[in-house]
Amino acid sequence: MDVIVNLFCAAVLAGTPLLFGTLGEILTEKSGNLNLGVEGMMFMGAISGLAGALFYENLFSVPGGIPAAVLAVVFSFLFGMLGALIYSFLTVTLRANQNVTGLALTIFGTGFGNFFGDVIGGRSASGYAAVGAATKAVFQNIRIPYLSDIPYLGKLLFSYNFLVYLGIAVAVTMAVFLNKTRTGLNLRAVGEDPAAADAAGINVTKYKYFATCIGGGICGIGGMYISMVICSGVWVNNCVSGMGWIAVALVIFATWSPSRALLGSLVFGGLSIMRMYIPLGIPSQIYDIFPYLATVIVLIATGIRQSREHAIPKSTGVNYFREER
Amino acid sequence: MTDELNAIRLMDITKSFGDVLANHNISLDVRYGEILALLGENGSGKTTLMNILSGIYYPDSGHIIVGGEEVSIHSPKDAHDLGIGMIHQHFKLVDVLTATENIVLGLKGDARLNRKDLNETIGKLSAKYGFEIDPAKKIYNMSVSEKQTVEIIKLLYRGAEILILDEPTAVLTPQESEKLFKVLRNMRNDGKAIVIITHKLNEVLAVSDRVSILRKGCSVGTVITGDTNRQELTELMVGRAVSLEIERPDPPAIKDAFLKVIDLTCVDSDGHTVLDNISFTLNRGEILGVAGIAGSGQRELCEAITGLYPIKGGAILCRGETPSGSFHENIVGKTPTEIIKKGVAMAFVPEDRLGMGLVASMDMVDNMMLKSYKNGKGPFTDRSTPKKMAEHMIKALDIVTPGVFTPISLLSGGNVQKVLLGREIASSPSVLLVAYPVRGLDINSSYTIYDLLNEQKKKNVAILYIGEDLDVLLELCDRIMVLCGGKVSGIVDAKKTSKDKLGLMMVHADSEKDGETA
Repeated sequence: MDVIVNLFCAAVLAGTPLLFGTLGEILTEKSGNLNLGVEGMMFMGAISGLAGALFYENLFSVPGGIPAAVLAVVFSFLFGMLGALIYSFLTVTLRANQNVTGLALTIFGTGFGNFFGDVIGGRSASGYAAVGAATKAVFQNIRIPYLSDIPYLGKLLFSYNFLVYLGIAVAVTMAVFLNKTRTGLNLRAVGEDPAAADAAGINVTKYKYFATCIGGGICGIGGMYISMVICSGVWVNNCVSGMGWIAVALVIFATWSPSRALLGSLVFGGLSIMRMYIPLGIPSQIYDIFPYLATVIVLIATGIRQSREHAIPKSTGVNYFREER
Repeated sequence: MTDELNAIRLMDITKSFGDVLANHNISLDVRYGEILALLGENGSGKTTLMNILSGIYYPDSGHIIVGGEEVSIHSPKDAHDLGIGMIHQHFKLVDVLTATENIVLGLKGDARLNRKDLNETIGKLSAKYGFEIDPAKKIYNMSVSEKQTVEIIKLLYRGAEILILDEPTAVLTPQESEKLFKVLRNMRNDGKAIVIITHKLNEVLAVSDRVSILRKGCSVGTVITGDTNRQELTELMVGRAVSLEIERPDPPAIKDAFLKVIDLTCVDSDGHTVLDNISFTLNRGEILGVAGIAGSGQRELCEAITGLYPIKGGAILCRGETPSGSFHENIVGKTPTEIIKKGVAMAFVPEDRLGMGLVASMDMVDNMMLKSYKNGKGPFTDRSTPKKMAEHMIKALDIVTPGVFTPISLLSGGNVQKVLLGREIASSPSVLLVAYPVRGLDINSSYTIYDLLNEQKKKNVAILYIGEDLDVLLELCDRIMVLCGGKVSGIVDAKKTSKDKLGLMMVHADSEKDGETA
């Protein structure tokens, strides 16, 4: 029993950056933009979140704390948005190819993260970029009196860092937004059929920009989770290491539904840390294959199952130009 | 007529796309309580003009006056704010959403989407105008005519006073068209201004009060429908007198079956039956027309016969010629190359001219070579024969092109069709399959195509003609086979049937027999 509880908790913790990446990309694709730059935006969020916390600590010469953590969230969101803004400008306004632009954003973001990681590290006394102890503590798992002490349940539900709960809140908000509000309906229409949305009086360009940029910001928070939680507030070069790509695959696994993204990121989080909890006596490299293997299986399965309800928004990947004929 | 009654006044509208002048100094009045037909051939600028009104395009110059005031319409939203609504030829509906969701799309209102209340309101509105739709039904489950209904309700719900319909009957059966006309008349009597864009003369005469005619981007006049007739409208539309009669040479008295299709059944990749026990005989020297609502299996039928579509059951017996005599051979399961090698000369003019028929970026010579590059020995291809063939074809078929080395994509629709048909005919086939050969063509080009087909018919070629215009099918073909949902609902003598009968057959494939609703 304990093994399962521990595995579950570890899966939640490992799956949260994937959850943010997936949610961000779902929002983006709902507007018809296929942004393959998730990895890049996560890198941008990872370094800027760390830099934001450090900036606060240096400015006031304190070991950080809650304001530094808040700044980390805000900075990572803004820089994720910046990446997505570049993408939106190129694809929506200039109508550049979405795939190429997304790949370029990934390369750009990776360089951006590693470059500024080195710069900040080089300027600090210790030689590497690391946040103070007080900031680090904010990103640690929380303890809620009484609730966290309930056997099993306390550990399963009330023992995570605040970003986990933020991620769940974003997923629920997004599900409600997409299915229950007029703005959400309009956004879905833009992603499905921009010409129809345009004819209905919806400002397609505005929706595409907003959805893509906010989606990018959410991806950025996912990147910040990696540098602040998984790497404990220390900059590690190439720390995102493919999680952005798994998030892109998870969007398909979740069939573009924020609530199913919760399940997907849990499964993939679990697969990525399985070797530490379920010893099968196989080489660890085989364990490392699991998430990617699952991705392949998911892609095949969703390719076979052709449902119109749970399919990719129809215009995804295609730029909209009203006067095209 | 005073200005107050004018819903819209267009003055000197000009719009060009690159070098192409789509609209040139067009002026037009649209009035409340009236149905105006905008008549013109394909490419005459009707749709462009109406797209300018509905905010899809912005004019290069000219004035638009709505309700006595000059306005500029920059987006569909502006048009909608002025009470102008347009139903496009390709419906602007989001497939995965319901009727209601599509109708309220983009409108202001409570942040929360109250589907139940909205469904109720829209149900009431559609009842008021006599429509029958389920507001909670998803668009992808709807028939074409239901989708059109949703589009109309969408405009009414948004309070449109001026409705523009682009080729509304192109996808409807005659019965559905009649129902639509009734609704349009109701709306006119309700005081709304209605513009219908069409190139079908019968519709103009049936439903409109006034007709404005466009030709090659210019306005050539407006007439009262009651004061005009088919012949006059055609002359205005085409620019000169045109005989509207289609010639129909008699088929040979002795029936010589060339192609026998027996119980042909095809299933698509999703497991739906697209062709269900199709049986018919195609004789030499006759044109067998195929009628049916779009997507009733016409495309699959052509592709199955030419060996491009997998066949699940049945047989296609085709007559082949060898020195020792003629024979009927089953060609099911053979590739197009094998079929040709068997001595069956088959030519196929697919509906998708630039996708399946020709390669748009290649010139005429290369397109000719697509059929002949395998002939001859050695690794090098022969380009001089196809070049001669192309040059001959330009003269014989009156193809307008800068030269044989101009990419096909730069030619107009009619000329592209002539190149395709010309190439197929050049192989002197014994059976010719043509799918929608006059789609998107102007009247002159259409008649050239009919003449070419008749010429082949006289040469004893067996012709299968997939068409959409029932009037043409009735005049051109010897027999007409009607498809409905992949089934043959009947094969009739074209001289002894009527448009109404065909229309009924298009929606009822022996429904009484199977107890199904079509």
